[in-house]
Formats: sequence, C-alpha cells, structure tokens
Amino acid sequence: MKYNVLKILKEGLTGNKNWKPVWREPEPKSEYDVIIIGGGGHGLATAYYLAKNHGITNVAVLEKGYIGSGNVGRNTTIVRANYMIPGNSEFYSHSLKLWETMESELNYNAMHSQRGVINLFHSDGQRDAAARRGNMMISQGDDAILLDREGVRKELPYLDFDNHRFPVYGGLFHKRGGNARHDAVAWGYARAADQLGVDLIQRCAVTGIDVVNGKVTGVQTSLGPIRGKKVAIVVAGRSSEVAAMAGLEVPIESHILQAFVSEGLKPAINHVVTFGMGHFYISQSDKGGLVFGGDLDFHASYSQRGNLPMMEHVMEAGMSLMPAIGKAKVLRSWGGIMDMTPDGSFIIDKTEVENLYMDCGWCYGGFKAIPASGWCMAHLMAEDKPHEVAKKHTFDRFRTGVGLMDEESTGSQHNLH
Amino acid sequence: MRIKCPLCGERDRREFYYRGAKDYLTRPGESDLDAMHKYLHIRENPCGLTEDLWQHEAGCRAWLLVQRDTATHEIFKVELVNNVKDSK
Repeated sequence: MKYNVLKILKEGLTGNKNWKPVWREPEPKSEYDVIIIGGGGHGLATAYYLAKNHGITNVAVLEKGYIGSGNVGRNTTIVRANYMIPGNSEFYSHSLKLWETMESELNYNAMHSQRGVINLFHSDGQRDAAARRGNMMISQGDDAILLDREGVRKELPYLDFDNHRFPVYGGLFHKRGGNARHDAVAWGYARAADQLGVDLIQRCAVTGIDVVNGKVTGVQTSLGPIRGKKVAIVVAGRSSEVAAMAGLEVPIESHILQAFVSEGLKPAINHVVTFGMGHFYISQSDKGGLVFGGDLDFHASYSQRGNLPMMEHVMEAGMSLMPAIGKAKVLRSWGGIMDMTPDGSFIIDKTEVENLYMDCGWCYGGFKAIPASGWCMAHLMAEDKPHEVAKKHTFDRFRTGVGLMDEESTGSQHNLH
Repeated sequence: MRIKCPLCGERDRREFYYRGAKDYLTRPGESDLDAMHKYLHIRENPCGLTEDLWQHEAGCRAWLLVQRDTATHEIFKVELVNNVKDSK
C-alpha cells in the first residue's frame, strides 16, 4: 500500500475505517541470514538498507518491547550536520543528505522540518570557535552562517538581549538543520523494511547469544531459539548487557539524559536554539509543546528518570536565555539511557566474535544519525568491510589511542562528555 | 538522589562529583597496553548493583566507594576509599 493524497481524502471522508496495519506481525522463522537485535531507529534502518541496498531480505529485527518504544520515541528529535572533526563530519553530512530524501523514498511523512539550528555564542572566544566550526561545516559541503548580534535578534527576537551576565554575541546558523517526528522515523523504516520482506518480531526479548568456536550461530529469545548467519547488536543504552551475552566487554557507560515538554502553545520558537552559557536547547513541536533539554546527570544509571539538580539547571538556563517561556507549564519530563563512549563518538564495527557486529555508543546524539547508521551498518554486514564514512568508528581506537574522535575536546575518558 | 557521606552525613547529589566505576582503584602498570585499556575504557556497566567512586567535592572532599543500584538509584553502602584501600 502506498500513501497518496486521494487515499487520504477518501479515508478522511469515510471515517478512516479502511486503513490496514502497515506491517505484518510474523512468527519468527527458525533461521535468518541476518538477525538484528533491537527494533529502534538504527536497527530498523539497518534492516531496511540491508534489503534495499544489498538485496539481503531474509532478515529479522527482534524487539523486546514494541517498535518505537526505546530511545527513538523518547528523544528531542533534532537533526543536524554541524560536526567538525574528521570521522564525524563526513558521517553526519551523509546522514543529513539521507534525511533530505528519506520521506519520499520511504513514502512516509516523518515531518522532517529544516527550520534551522542556531547555536548561540556569548564571548569572543566562543565566536572564534563558532566561526571555525562553521568553516569546517562549509568545507564538508554543508551550510553555516555566522550571525552577529543583530542577525540573531532578527531570527530570535524573543531572547533576553539585555542579559548582562550572558550577553548574546551572535550565533552559528545551520539552515538545513531542524527536527522530525521521532516515532514516524521508526514507523517509516519499519514499514519500508517490512515491505521488502524483513520480519519485524515485536515482544521478543533476546536472552542469549549462541557462540560456537568464536563464531555466532544464533540467539536465544523469549520466543525460542533462532539461528542466524550474521547477528547485529543495535541496542543503544543496553549495549553492555547484550554484548555480555556473547562474552564481550565494551567501552560503554550508560548514563541518564533528561528532556522536558511544556503544554502546547501557539507557534513561538521557529528554530532549534541552543544556549552557549549553560546546558539548554529548545525547539517547539508541531503540537505546540516546547521540547527542551540539557546535559547528562553525570553518573552511570539505567533508571530512565532524572534527578532534580539537572532539572533545576535546565530551567535556570532556559530562563536566563528566554524569560518569555517562564509562564509555560512543564507537562512532563523523562530520562533516557545513553550509551556513552569515552570519546563521545559512536562505534560501528565488527566484534571479536565472528559474524557478530555492533552499532552502539551513540551517546546523546543517535537520532540524527539513524539513516547513516543504518546505511553504514548494513554496508559493514553485507560487504564485511566498513563504509567509507564510518570507517574511523572502530572499537580499536580506544585501545590504541589512535583516531579518537573527541568532538567536544573534553578528553577521552568516561564521564567527560 | 542523596548520598550518606561517612564523615558529613546525608547530603544532596549536587555536592558530589562522580568519577566512575571502581575499576579506577586498581591501576595497572603503564607498560601493559591491554590492561591499561581495560582500566580506562572497558566497563562492566551493570544494570542493577554496582560499586563506583564519588567525591564529596562540595563537602569534606573525601573519596567514597558507593554501592548502589543503577536501575533504582537506591544506595546501599558508602565507605571511605581510604579505609577500603587500607583493608586490602
């Protein structure tokens, strides 16, 4: 079934009674060419590109909960390509290009909105850093405009320009950045993968990974054993736990990141805006809620709920930057499990177990990476060699110290990102 | 989240700096690359019971070994790292 305007009009006028489920709910087969553990954005995109780019369609995606129940449905939905250092720069550039064609390719409205990302700066030093980053983005082939104070005022007139402690000096404007409807990205990839023959097995928890003579042979699940020629672990915050099922230890600490949503308001914030003097970033959803967040709570946690000190910091930073939002009520807050690596960059690599692959370590930036992550993971699994734009993202960089990608220049040990 | 410092009593989370897993207590020799890699980067990262290092940064500045649950934020035991090291 393809979506089109006529179909939507017809259904709208006849009570929306004839929509059919958009993907099958198959029983697992006894064997697959590829088993993907994790039905989040990255796992679904991997399955889709395995089928689409490499013709591998005998694929199962095993999801413990339901499609879209993990971080892909619990993030702040920002899409951007404003990375700077080699490795990250080309990868996120590739990802943004895939975002720009994804909806027409998947025939699914992910509500991708290139409303622009503005990273504010508040000192001469920050301006220099923003100019450098902007130049790096342009040299990668992406877009960046250095706004001065008046340029920012034109775009964001509601900021507190009288704030003397954190004066707004300007902002780095990335026009192709923006956001998207997060669940729709999962649903779009799920539907497209299903149409190409991928089995999406929901409510199927993986409880063990079978390894014989250093080679993966399949998985044990709550629905029984399933054999697989190749297996991918794509489970974000749960990477350490699932890797341990294959006897692997990974350089990951799981941390909490909190996010917040206000009551629905009329359109007020037209961009994604980040504060440069505190951890605060904000955008407005299509439903009208202000969606905002800050930094990690900074201790290892799987709790999926945050602590009050970081919540207070985020609210204070928001009030410093845009006091206009102060009367909006916060409707809900939540915490997600972030798979933090020591250098703050991700891993798409083979493991020590033959035919077992991992896509992990997305830290707090996995959403924007979904298309390219799936693209590169599928390439790695099908061709058995890394894709050009993800070849630097290995496990080995931590052991050797060569090729660490510390985008924030804060160091390459745990708890520094 | 509140942590009971053995010297100062129960204090708010924001007084404490989090260092990371207790692996940091057993530093290997620097010539052993693999052991150093394990010490610095590889983590058990359990969901549930864990032991990790905190410093009462805005209080007595003592280093603490905290036994806690990463899924519930429950804290079971807090010891001075000095005492733990002496008993080894």
